[in-house]
Amino acid sequence: MSEVSYIRRPNRPLHVYALGYLAFLYIPVLFLPLFSFNDSIYFAFPLEGFTTEWYRQMFDHQAMHAALVNSFKVGGFASVLATVLGVFGAKAVTRYRIPGKKSLVFVIMLPLVVPGILLGVALLLMLSRMGVTLSLYTVAIGHILICTPFAMATLIPRFEGFDRAMEEASADLGANAWSTFWRVTLPMVFPGVVASLLLCFTISFDEFIIAFMLTGTDPTLPIFMYSQLRFPARLPPTVALGSIIIFVSFVVLCFSLWLRRYGVEENVSDGVRP
Amino acid sequence: MTQTHDSLSGRLYALFLRSEPVRGFALLSPTLLIMLAGMCIPFAILVAMSFWTQHVFEFDTTFSLTNYNEIVDKPMYRVLLTRSLVISGACTVATVLLAYPMAYYVAFHVHRHKMVWIVLMTLPFWSSYLLRVFAWKIILGYNGAINSSFMGLGWLEKPLEFLLYSPTAVVITLTHAWAAFAILPIYVSLEKIDRSLLEAATDLGDGPVKRFIGVTLPLSLPGIIAASLLIFIPTVGDFVTPALVGGPDGAMIANLIQVQFGRINNWPMGAALSLAMMVIIAVISLLYIWTARRFTEYGR
Repeated sequence: MSEVSYIRRPNRPLHVYALGYLAFLYIPVLFLPLFSFNDSIYFAFPLEGFTTEWYRQMFDHQAMHAALVNSFKVGGFASVLATVLGVFGAKAVTRYRIPGKKSLVFVIMLPLVVPGILLGVALLLMLSRMGVTLSLYTVAIGHILICTPFAMATLIPRFEGFDRAMEEASADLGANAWSTFWRVTLPMVFPGVVASLLLCFTISFDEFIIAFMLTGTDPTLPIFMYSQLRFPARLPPTVALGSIIIFVSFVVLCFSLWLRRYGVEENVSDGVRP
Repeated sequence: MTQTHDSLSGRLYALFLRSEPVRGFALLSPTLLIMLAGMCIPFAILVAMSFWTQHVFEFDTTFSLTNYNEIVDKPMYRVLLTRSLVISGACTVATVLLAYPMAYYVAFHVHRHKMVWIVLMTLPFWSSYLLRVFAWKIILGYNGAINSSFMGLGWLEKPLEFLLYSPTAVVITLTHAWAAFAILPIYVSLEKIDRSLLEAATDLGDGPVKRFIGVTLPLSLPGIIAASLLIFIPTVGDFVTPALVGGPDGAMIANLIQVQFGRINNWPMGAALSLAMMVIIAVISLLYIWTARRFTEYGR
């Protein structure tokens, strides 16, 4: 192993620290599934006994189902629109020489550096001045604003990563702008589009502060959960749902990583890896 | 192009197709316009409203500095603003300090299955933010994990009450909740460092400590700056965590802003408070970026 530099020597204390840090990250999250099977409405030690009662209650909980459906609607709407805006934006910034590009991109990325409460308050003021009734649509508008920067950030490397000559070849062969976009550009950036959709959906699905300011009579899931946190008796089914969401999001994340890797490998074989 | 150029619109269209910046603008415009409309108009209204006053059920739209005078005069506002900045600052420092060695480990000491480590580090953050905060309530609570296990081990006579419902609880919870926002930028900046620079430093006689301070740390500074801002800015405006684990002594400015739009129903005051918060955050962030940049220039 002579080519392995001394810089790369294994560092035992750092290794132990890394494992300790992972434990710090995971243990709080794992408390939720643990307590979702605990036979008590109080979240305290010692554990009382094993039960699946909370999961059964969760399946019968109409208000929770409604909130879940609302969150899916808002997340779906916001992630699709933010990704469409992200595709437009990412193609424009990576393919065209635009004067003042940096400051324009900065404007689009602005929601990343604005606290959620401020954006929520400002949108609430505008919507109420315009006389718009708060609804799931207003929540979705807020979520589009915070998701679009993430969509752009996910898509720009994807657009930069593939060979521009492909698009030029398509145009030279007589395809018009639309068919070049549909048949060349989109398939090439497709893994990025899926990654953007998943990321935006997750952000919207979990977002609380803006939703809290802009929600009407239909609560999204985080708003519903927040309303349940105050009542001990209502909490366990919420925690059961939370455990299921943790499990599902882990599966979805692994899937999206696999998808991304699949996309990268494909690119490597084409020899256009950035 | 098969476009006929005899009409004016046809000519304009041809010009449109030929000019690259115009086509670029056209393509960027939907995104840009929506973001501009969604940010600038609401902020303009926010600024305008912060100079109004609330009269029971309606707004008095004459220009007045009443809200800002009140923010400066009443100690409650100052206390909450300062506390928010201190809590977020502490949380930012703690998160970056704790995450740095982790990112360093993955960047320099993990050679195989790096992706697995990155996934492992980010997985917990895909669970619900609210429930993660709630989990800390379980851990820090009176009958919580820490108190009950320490009492079981005989290390404590009676439960520690200061753990939950305190500024400390808010800092601990936020340090956990925002860890990914520190790990990833720092990791990326460490990963980008050209390894031959480190070898050069070693060949020129630098020990591990000097090499770290002279080469690795300055080169990873962009990651540290990004991480600090990504954590500091949103946490100042967080109101879920203080509401759930902060108790009365851990309340932050965003809790106060939120009640202006709810219970207290004084929207102009809420607007003024939000604006004051944003201006202070912006000033601190800019000062921070400026100082960090100066520091790296001197380091070279």
